[in-house]
Amino acid sequence: MPILELAAKFGTYVVMAVILVFAVGVVTFRNLFHCALCLAAALIGTAVIYVVLQAEYLAAIQILLYVGAVVTLVIFAIMLTEHLAGKTIRQNNSQSSLAIAGLLGFVALLTGLILKTPWPVTETALKAKVSVMGLGQALMGAYVFPFEVISIILIAALIGTVVIAKKDDPEEPS
Amino acid sequence: MILLPLSHILIFSLLLFAIGVYGALVRRNIIGILISIELMLNAANINLIAFSKYTSLSPETGQIFALFVIAIAATAAAVGLAIVLALYRVRKTVLADEVNLLKW
Repeated sequence: MPILELAAKFGTYVVMAVILVFAVGVVTFRNLFHCALCLAAALIGTAVIYVVLQAEYLAAIQILLYVGAVVTLVIFAIMLTEHLAGKTIRQNNSQSSLAIAGLLGFVALLTGLILKTPWPVTETALKAKVSVMGLGQALMGAYVFPFEVISIILIAALIGTVVIAKKDDPEEPS
Repeated sequence: MILLPLSHILIFSLLLFAIGVYGALVRRNIIGILISIELMLNAANINLIAFSKYTSLSPETGQIFALFVIAIAATAAAVGLAIVLALYRVRKTVLADEVNLLKW
């Protein structure tokens, strides 16, 4: 069905363009709350890209963890420090044009490299299907050591976050 | 089933990464910088999954690394925002260039 494939291809490009528009919104909006909403939209669009690349489990994790947890956390932090994001405060520093110039060079260089490199796209890799079961078996088999390291990092970050963010005891000399 | 060439996905994630770097460079608000860093990690994740889909011999590898990146990004956001809150409580500011106590 060439029509359907063409439509899917076109739709993917549209999703990519929408993600880029939202990403520009993330870095340019003055109101940080709007930035966080744009970030949520861009992350949902990325989940769509994951589905296109046949990584459905990753898409679900992306929406659960990023859109559900990280964006909520960011919005909490914005609310707690809110009244500094007012209209009168400059939101960008004065290195904007320098950053744009440098990044244009960076993007041009890497685009040239990407287009020149002969990527080893193999038919076997394209046909391979990743199931959630395969992911779990790899996580518990070949990648069990990094998995355990991640769990230690999560515990350490959890405790560290509570210690950093808790109010200092007034009686205790700090 | 191949949808689009690999290079298009790579260029897309390159653009996303560049936008994130721009935000991290020019934002004054620390929360804005953290949001931009999330964008950059996201772009890296797209690359990992694209490579695991198009070129990898064991297709699970890229997805598992993307999982690890997502977990680390969540911890980074949590710890970073806790630091921002602690900083705001002490210095009453969230602007990165006003936190210059250790600069001279």
